[in-house]
This record gives sequence, C-alpha cells and structure tokens, in this order.
Amino acid sequence: MATLTIDACGLRKRYGSRIAVRDLTLQVGRGEAFGFLGPNGAGKSTSIKMLLGLVRPTGGSALLLGQPLGTREARARIGFLPEHFRFYDWLSATELLLFHGRLCGLKEDVLRRRVPRLLERVGLGAQSSKTIRSFSKGMMQRVGLAQAMINDPEILFLDEPTSGLDPAGRKLVREVIREQRDRGATVFLNSHLLGEVEQSCDRVAFIREGRIVGMYQMGAWQGERTDVEIKTSHIEPSALERLAGMARDLRLDGQLLRLSLDGEDRLPGVVRCLVESGAEIFSVIPQRVSLEDLFLKTMGPDPGL
Amino acid sequence: MSDNAIDEISRGPAANVPAEVTDAWEAETPASRGPGEVRAVLLMARVTFREAARRKILWIAAIAGFAFLALFWIALHAAIKSSVRVPVIALHEGMQMMTMMVLYAGSMLTSLMAALTSCDALAGEIASGSIHAIATKPVSRASIVLGKWAGFAGMITLYVLLVEGGSIAIAAIEGGLAAAHSGAVLGLIWLQAMVLLGVTLAASTRFSSLTSGAITLGLYGLAFVGGWIEEFGAVRHVPTCVNLGIVSSLIMPSDALWRRATYLLQPPLLGAAGASPFASSSIPSHAMAIYAVLYAACALILAQVLLASRDI
Repeated sequence: MATLTIDACGLRKRYGSRIAVRDLTLQVGRGEAFGFLGPNGAGKSTSIKMLLGLVRPTGGSALLLGQPLGTREARARIGFLPEHFRFYDWLSATELLLFHGRLCGLKEDVLRRRVPRLLERVGLGAQSSKTIRSFSKGMMQRVGLAQAMINDPEILFLDEPTSGLDPAGRKLVREVIREQRDRGATVFLNSHLLGEVEQSCDRVAFIREGRIVGMYQMGAWQGERTDVEIKTSHIEPSALERLAGMARDLRLDGQLLRLSLDGEDRLPGVVRCLVESGAEIFSVIPQRVSLEDLFLKTMGPDPGL
Repeated sequence: MSDNAIDEISRGPAANVPAEVTDAWEAETPASRGPGEVRAVLLMARVTFREAARRKILWIAAIAGFAFLALFWIALHAAIKSSVRVPVIALHEGMQMMTMMVLYAGSMLTSLMAALTSCDALAGEIASGSIHAIATKPVSRASIVLGKWAGFAGMITLYVLLVEGGSIAIAAIEGGLAAAHSGAVLGLIWLQAMVLLGVTLAASTRFSSLTSGAITLGLYGLAFVGGWIEEFGAVRHVPTCVNLGIVSSLIMPSDALWRRATYLLQPPLLGAAGASPFASSSIPSHAMAIYAVLYAACALILAQVLLASRDI
C-alpha cells in the first residue's frame, strides 16, 4: 500500500437541518492525481473545505499527511487554488507570491529563486511587476496556481483550476498536474470539465448528495466489451455472416456497421474480414465509455441545479 | 455510448490506492512550519495597512483633517490678532474652546474611520473567498485577526497623531496653550477608536460589511445619546439619567472616553457652562478608561475566537 496523503473516513457536515456532506470516505496516495466530481450542490466544495481545515466536520475523521485536519503542520505542506482566486489587486504578481511565500514561512533567498521561476512556469514572467488589477480572469487563475505551488506542496488542491482559462491555460494546468504528480505530490482536482479530469487524473471519485457513489481507476470502466462503428460500403451478405461469428449485436444501417467485440484485439480480424470480402472501409471508430458518459450515468437525471 | 455498455462497468468503489504510486517525496526545500505568530501578525499588519491606506474614506478623512487644521490655525491666528484688548483669561478660554471643537471633529472622524475602513476587512474577504488562500497557509486565524487589527491600529494612530496631535500642537504654538494633558487626551481619543475597531472586527467575523459597520455606528450613536443623557442627569441632578448614561457607557465606552478627554482639556468656565460635547459635567472615572482598555482587548479577543470557530 502506498503512503496515504488523504485518508478520510465518514466525514460529515451538517448545517442546521441541511446535510451538506453525508459520508466522505476516500483514500488518496502520494503521487496520485485524484479527480473529484459531482453535480452542483453535491457537496464538493464543502468536502474540499473540510479537508483544508476551512470548514469543521460535524462527524467522521480524517488525516491529511498523517495530521488531523486543519493543523498548522498539515497546512504547511499543502497548496490550494480556490475556484475564483482573488486577492488585493494593488499587489504585483511578484508581491503576491512573496506575501504568500512568507505566510508559508519560506526564507527570502528561497523566495528570490522560486518566485520568478513560478511566474515563468505559469506564463506570467513578463507580467511579474504588473499589478493584478490589470490581470484578466485567466491571468488571475495563473497567478493563483503559482501561489498554490509556492511552498512545494505535498498535496495540491485545485478547485476548478481551468475556470476562465483559454485552451493554452488549460494545457498549462494539465502540464502542471503532471509535473506535480511526477515529483511525488498528490493532486486533488475538482473540475466540471470532465475531459480535463480524464486527461489528468489517475483515479476519480463521484460524489452525489454528499456521498461518494463511485470511485474508479481512470479508464478501468471500459471493461472487455468494445462497441465499434465502421463506415463502409459494398458489404457482401457472406461477409456479414462471417462477422456474426466474430462479433455481437451486429447491425447495418446504410453505410454504418455497428457491432460489439469481446476485446479490442479482435478489431483487426474484423477489418481484415471486411477487406477480404471486397468491402470499402472509410473509418473504424471504437466507441469508448467516456468519463462524461460514466458521470451522467452515475448521477442520473439532471436535477436542474 | 449505449447505456448497456455502461451498465457492464464495474460499479464498486475502487477504495484501494494504486500500488504504483510512489512513496518517495522530494521537495526542493524542507517543509516549513510557517512563519511563526509574530511574523504572521507583522505580515498581515503590513498588507492590511497598505490595503487600508488605499481606502477612499481614509483620504477623505485625511483631507478633512488637514482642512480642520488649516482652518483652525488661520482662525486661531486671526482671533489672537484681533483680541489685543481682551483679557488674557477670556482669550485662553476662547482658544481652548476652539481647540476642543477641532479635537471633537477630529475624534468623530477618527471614530468613523475606525468603523468604516475596517468593516470590510474580514467580512469582505470571507464573502469574496479571498481569505481562503490565507487561511490555508500555516498561520493561525488569531494571527490573521491580530495582524489586521494592527494594520488598522497603525493607520488610526497616524491619523490621531496627525489631526488631533496637530490640533494640540497648533494650539500650543499659535496660542501658547499649555498642553499638560495632551498625551492623555490623545491616548483617550486613540482608545475610543480602538474600542470601535475591536467591535467592528468582531462583528465582521459573523456579519456582512454593511451590517458590521451599522452595528458599530449604532453602538457609537447609543453611547453618544447615553453620554448626553448622563450629562443632563448630572446638571439636573436626575440619578436615573446618570445611571442610564453609565449603562450606555458600559455597553459602548466610546463617548465616556471623549468626555474624559474633554474633562482633561476643558477650561474651568466651560465646565460650569453645562452640558455640551465640549464640556463634561459628569466626568467618567479613571476606572472607565481602564474598562475601555479591557473592552477593546476583549473585543479583539472575541474577534479572534469568532473567526477561529467559524466555517469560512
């Protein structure tokens, strides 16, 4: 078993009669990128805030880096990018990072080296002396990302980090997540952009109505069965008969041939069969269960929140 | 993707952390335990002072303060020049009266500034979420509150020294008025602002900026009215009114501090003139000043406890 950086057991948060989080039970290991997904109002923000020590749980227990939640020791080793990062807008990007670095207790010589490097990393090297008042929303997210990494955190919490970012900014976030993971940090990512999570995370958890309802290794839900769509023409009936022995749920709608295979390794055989029978093939598309498909299936009907 | 395909997915939570994740940890620098309480307070104080210095209300109050000082200096100079045949005692009474008026205006501005600049300090940052980036750093919430208090206190101290100290200095330079209690007077006016600052910070841990400002100014108004009632009771010998005034001073001692300051400053004839904002007939005791110190300290501690115990 790898070293756990987050170990939560039955965390619960109640506000009066309303239960925001019913049961948050999860373990995250060192060097893991962990996606945390759920619809609006599912309890994601409250869960993250409990782990960060901003909100006091009303039940359950949890350890962060082996420390109880909210301790100074734990906070010294984490970084956090809030969903809508805001700060005193009269500070320059450099001043902002210096301030947060000093709050982390970092020495001045460390900060002198690290601040310019971090600003370069998030693409703000040329804007280091500009006040953040002049920053766009995306630039604010970038500087927020830099402040979250100022102390070389062992756990990096990112709450909707790509909010307001353009495609280049999103790529940057993906790269940062990869870099942090590669250096052994845990990344805890909350995002509505499932494609981003799918590309960045090792594991993913779904939360609904304050409870974890599913937790998966990324891609492990694909299973053995592979649905395939093949755009083709000139299929002989004999070819279809041969394919019926190799695949299931065989259907031909015009030029579109749909079938299911017991494993993607059978796909070359199917293609060979079609080609040998004289069929023309324009495209072969294996249908994968995306994270979004899984999410929508798990969450059920849209409650319109 | 068909629902069937998804249905085939294994739904059991994969609770186990993958074994391939590394146990190694390589940080560039060893993790710090934070900046320490004193350093954290100084960091917060510095950024708060700079933030407060950017508030328009501070500059409006500063401009008003300078205008008072200029007006006061010119008026004092003109009064002295045109009072060649006026008895010295009467001239001194008049100059002291004028000085107290300026100090009173300055005291009101200081109090308003203390309440209005700080009401957004915590409430605004909690509402906007900007406190999240600070509160997740290795600093205690008590340090955050103390640092913010120190930042505002520093700004208010400068203002008191500039406007109120300036008034006393002008009175001494231009009018030759003895400034025997000037230190105590400045201290009481400063303490008045500190009381209001503490209350505002405590309120802003739980209420919105607007509500926090309203609470403080409401209490300030209560104390002001209570002070007048006490003055009236003292002049007319109505114990109930005096007691009501004392109770209001216990609820909010700001006006009592001003009245003690005026007692230290007031010329003898002014004291005999009856109730006015510039003269005290019912003089708050030394114990009331000590009570105000404790009140301000308790308000600050309350703010720390309230912020530490709430979800943000």
